[in-house]
Amino acid sequence: MSSRPREAAERAPAFRTLSGRDVQRVYRPEDVAGLDYAKDLGDPGVYPYTRGPYDTMYRGRLWTMRQFAGFGSAEQTNERFKYLLQQGQTGLSVAFDYPRLLGLDSDHPRSEGEVGKMGVAIDTLEDMERLFDGIPLDQVSTSMTINSGAIVMLCMYLGVAERQGVTWDKVAGTIQNDILKEYTAQKTYIFPPRPSMRLITDMFAFCGERVPRWNSVSISGYHIREAGSTAGQELAFTLADGFAYVEAGRDLGLPYETFVPRLSFFFDVHMDFFEEIAKLRAARRIWARRLREKYGIEDPRCLRLRFHAQTAGCSLTAQQPLVNVVRTAIEALAGVLGGCQSLHTNSFDEALALPSEEAVRIALRTQQVIAEETGVSNTADPLAGSYFLESLTNDLEREAVAYFDKIEALGGVIPAIEAGFFQREIADASYQYQQRLQRGELAVVGVNKYTLDEKEPVEILRIDPEVERTQIRRVQAHRAARDQGRVDAALAAVKRAAAGSSNLMPPILDALRAGATFGETCDQMRAVFGEYVEPIIF
Amino acid sequence: MRPIRVLVAKAGLDSHDRGAKVIARALRDAGMEVIYTGLHRTPEHVVAAAIQEDVDVVAISLLSGAHLTVVPKIIAGLRAEGADDVLMMLGGIVPDEDVGPLREAGVAAVFGPGTDTEEVVEFIRGHVRAGSPA
Repeated sequence: MSSRPREAAERAPAFRTLSGRDVQRVYRPEDVAGLDYAKDLGDPGVYPYTRGPYDTMYRGRLWTMRQFAGFGSAEQTNERFKYLLQQGQTGLSVAFDYPRLLGLDSDHPRSEGEVGKMGVAIDTLEDMERLFDGIPLDQVSTSMTINSGAIVMLCMYLGVAERQGVTWDKVAGTIQNDILKEYTAQKTYIFPPRPSMRLITDMFAFCGERVPRWNSVSISGYHIREAGSTAGQELAFTLADGFAYVEAGRDLGLPYETFVPRLSFFFDVHMDFFEEIAKLRAARRIWARRLREKYGIEDPRCLRLRFHAQTAGCSLTAQQPLVNVVRTAIEALAGVLGGCQSLHTNSFDEALALPSEEAVRIALRTQQVIAEETGVSNTADPLAGSYFLESLTNDLEREAVAYFDKIEALGGVIPAIEAGFFQREIADASYQYQQRLQRGELAVVGVNKYTLDEKEPVEILRIDPEVERTQIRRVQAHRAARDQGRVDAALAAVKRAAAGSSNLMPPILDALRAGATFGETCDQMRAVFGEYVEPIIF
Repeated sequence: MRPIRVLVAKAGLDSHDRGAKVIARALRDAGMEVIYTGLHRTPEHVVAAAIQEDVDVVAISLLSGAHLTVVPKIIAGLRAEGADDVLMMLGGIVPDEDVGPLREAGVAAVFGPGTDTEEVVEFIRGHVRAGSPA
C-alpha cells in the first residue's frame, strides 16, 4: 500500500515575523547553501564580525548594565543613579526632560508643564554638578540621550569633570548625538540638518583629540523602530545614517581612525526573538563589509560595530502591566544572544509612567539573572549555524542593501530626509502594524487576546509640580547672581563661531564656565542656524 | 452633509508622533477630513488652527505628562473664540486620576495605549455635534 504521509494542517494560512517576513515550517541546510564561515561569519572579533566585535565576548567582560534614568530635579536623579549603581548596574544613562531635548531653559514659556516630567531638568553647570554629586566621572561611564543640544550637554559634562578635577582623557561614555534619526523618528530636532551635521563633526574632531574614550555618536535604530518601522527598516536606516556620518567626517578631512572607532550604535530589541538576533548579527556584518568594500577601511577598530540595546518600549502594554516583565526578559535575552555591549531593560510600568524604584530594580535583576543564571554568556554567538538564524541574517542583510540602493538613488540620507522617504516608510509600516493587530493577525496578550476587565492597580511615579517651580526659581536666581557682561561676551563668541567654521566646543565650554545656561547657549545656534520645520506626513 | 473635519494636534514639547499619525490616517480612511498640526505646537497655535480650519473635532495627542497644563489652555482658547461645541478628545499617556479633571474641563474622552482606531472613529461619529457644519 502506498500512502503519502498525511500532512498536518497548520493553525494559520501564513506564519510571519513581527515585521511581516514569511517564516518556513522548517529550515534546512539548503536554506543556507553557500554560507561560508570565513567570509560570512568569522570568529568573534574577526572580520566580518558577524559573531561579535571581540574574541572573548562576555567571558572577557559582560555587557554593561546601563539603565536609562532621569526625572524631576538633578538631586532626585542623582539619588536614582546611586540606587541603580548600588543595585549592581555598571554604567549610567541620563534621560533629560523635553525642555532640554528641545534646547529650552526651565523658565521658557514653552517649558510650562514639561519641566522634569520626561527626564531630568538641567539648566546650568551647577545643576549638572548636582546630577553627578558623589559620582566621580573617572569612575563611571555615562551615556547621555540628547541630540540637537548634544554639543552643549557634552560641554556640560566636561565642565563637571573639570570641576571634579578629572582630566578629559579619563572621561568615558557616549552621547547620542545622532541628528539624522531625529528628522525621521525621535523628532527632538531644533536646527536644520546641514548645520546640525557640522555640530557633530566638530564633536568628532574635538573628542578624537581631547576626549579619546568618548563615543561621539550613538547611531540609533531604537527610535526608528519605536516610530513603527520594521526590523529591516531599522537595520537599513540606522546603518545608512552611520555611513552618512562616516562620509561627513571624511569630507571634513578627518582621518577615519580618528573618529570611526568611536561611532557606536543603539538598537531596539523587540519581541520576535530570532528576527531580532538576526538583525543584530546582520548589522555587524553589513557595517564591516561596506566600510571595507565601499570606503576602503581596513582598521579593525573602525570595522567592528559596537552597540547598546534597549528592550522595545512599544511592546509594553498598559493592560496587565506585570506581564511586561516577561516581555522585557525575552527581549533582553535576544539582545544578549545578539551580542550587545550594553543593555537597558524596560520597567514593567513604563507604558504608564517613568519607572518606579521597584520596577527598575526588577528590570535590572532581569539582566542579572540572564548574566548569572542562564549560561548564555559562557560562549559567544551561541546560535550561529542555526539554519533559521543564518537564513534570517542573510535575508535581513539583503533587505538592508536594497534600501541602501534606494537611498543612494535619492542622493543620500539628507536628500532622502528632505524628500520624506524615511518618514513615509515608517508611517506606512506603523499603520500596517496597527491594521494587522486590529485584524487579529497579530496578537498582543492582554490587549487583543487574554484580556481582563478589571485593571491591575499599579503605583506609578509622579513628578511633583514643585520641581518645575523650584527649577524656575533656581535658574532665575542663577542669572541674577552671575557676571552678565562676561556671559554676554561668551555667548556672543558662541554665536560668532556658529556663523563661522571654527570648532564650537571651546566657545561653548567658555560660555558655560561663565554661567550661561543650556537654553541660552542653544539660542546662539538657533539665531544662526534657524529652526527646522518638518513636512506633514502621515 | 460635509465630512467631519478633525484637527489632530501635537501640543507642547512631546515628540512622540506615532499614535497621532496612525489616528490621523485611520480617520482619513474613515472618510473624515483630517488636518495634522505636526509637532511642538503651542496651545495658541492649536486653537488658531482649529478655528482657521473650522474643525468639528480637536484630537490632541500627548504622552509627555504636560496634559493638565496644555489641554485646559486649548479648551479655554477655543471657548474664547466661541468654538464651544468642538468635540475635544485626548489620546496618550494619562494617569487614571487625571481623567476625571480633564473630563470636567471639557475633554469628551481620553484614549490610552492599546485603543483600537475603530473605537476612536465610532466615538467621533457618535459624539460630534449634530448638524455640522457650523
